Amino acid sequence: MISTDILIIGAGPTGLFTVFEAGLLKLKCHLIDALPQPGGQCSEIYPKKPIYDIPAYPEILAGDLTDKLLEQCKQFEPGFTLGERAETIEKQEDGTFIVTTNKGTKHQAPVVAVAGGLGSFEPRKPLIPNIADFEDKGVEYIIKDPEIYRDKKVVIAGGGDSALDWSIFLADVAKEVTLIHRRNEFRGHLDSVEKVQELKNQGKISLVTPAEVIGIIGNGHVNGVAVKQSREEDKEFNIECDHFIPLFGLSPKLGPIANWGLEIEKNAIKVNNALDYQTNIPGVFAIGDVNTYPGKLKLILCGFHEATLMCQAAYQIINPGKKYVLKYTTVSGVDGFDGTRKEAPKAVVKKIN
Amino acid sequence: MQEDIKVTIIDRDGVSHTIDAPTDMAMNLMEVVRAYELAPEGTIGICGGMVMCASCQCYVNSNHKLPKMQDDEEAMLSEAFYVKDNSRLGCQIQMTPEMDGLEVELAPES
Repeated sequence: MISTDILIIGAGPTGLFTVFEAGLLKLKCHLIDALPQPGGQCSEIYPKKPIYDIPAYPEILAGDLTDKLLEQCKQFEPGFTLGERAETIEKQEDGTFIVTTNKGTKHQAPVVAVAGGLGSFEPRKPLIPNIADFEDKGVEYIIKDPEIYRDKKVVIAGGGDSALDWSIFLADVAKEVTLIHRRNEFRGHLDSVEKVQELKNQGKISLVTPAEVIGIIGNGHVNGVAVKQSREEDKEFNIECDHFIPLFGLSPKLGPIANWGLEIEKNAIKVNNALDYQTNIPGVFAIGDVNTYPGKLKLILCGFHEATLMCQAAYQIINPGKKYVLKYTTVSGVDGFDGTRKEAPKAVVKKIN
Repeated sequence: MQEDIKVTIIDRDGVSHTIDAPTDMAMNLMEVVRAYELAPEGTIGICGGMVMCASCQCYVNSNHKLPKMQDDEEAMLSEAFYVKDNSRLGCQIQMTPEMDGLEVELAPES
């Protein structure tokens, strides 16, 4: 069991900034995210795109914003459960909550902050009629352990970075790698495209374009895929393989949070915006893009504000009745849980003769 | 102030809506759909209009001369599902006076 003060569901910008604000109040945080890395959409969808409305940053790349937020909250030593989706929440008799992930990891905290954005990212599944019959029987939408492909025949479908990057990686692991895409052009980093070209020339990757997988062949396990090629005239053929990995990106789904008994409106969680962004369940808050209230704007900067106010309410839940006065970081400095201290340099007083 | 234009949008349940779209707000079709809440929040415009998802895919049924498809839109559509010959990304269709009378159908959520 992982114990913390504030359990944050979602490691996007709002969740990460919560760690900092909570830390100033001496509250520890742990974050759960379905993605394997922190940053949420900023890391998953648009890391290389600029954002222009982060205060004091005329321009910052989404990926860099994630790095800066991680750096800012580092001294408060947040815990992470990554690559796991928060599945259930159970209120305990002592008022705390236990949140369990899809992999069974349990977390306990007196305060839960849902900072889940648009939800957890789920792989987009191609529309192949019998694909569901082969899930985990040779069809994988996410590569968790590349070793299972060692000396196997693998077919990858997709035209983005993950399709290119995994084709490159598996070229050294698998017996055969075939990359299938609907067009000849790939939407990925130039160096990845060039690397695939190089591996194709060396015969380490077979490229089938423009084509798409239209069926899966096998009896209890994938033995091959049916491919339709559309170069000049439509042509259909089979490719023998042990694994088929469709990589068509991820799309966010509110998912299990929708069943937590929270009041939901327009795919978002209703909160009390006059006070502290608490939901209809006392002790459970919703901050950032995942919440809604009159006048809500889904902006990162609004998430930062909501996180800050939410931490004050969390402090009162965890330290009932305790007096608190707002301190400016410039005056009080920042004392990390790791023993570090940041503080403003002392003024230099010098006499003028 | 420029006059609003009429745009007809068939939602994912097959219901047709003819609505007024402003041409002086730098709005695109995806944003018009969101402004009128013709698709649930979180199911359209997920990337916010960066051509990084295909959640605003629509089928253009009228014969309007649309802006030429850029590489990124073409690439995104090549990875989308339910794509037809008249598929476009709503975020790439700006609301200009020339788009008056435009008729589109939202592609299924995927």
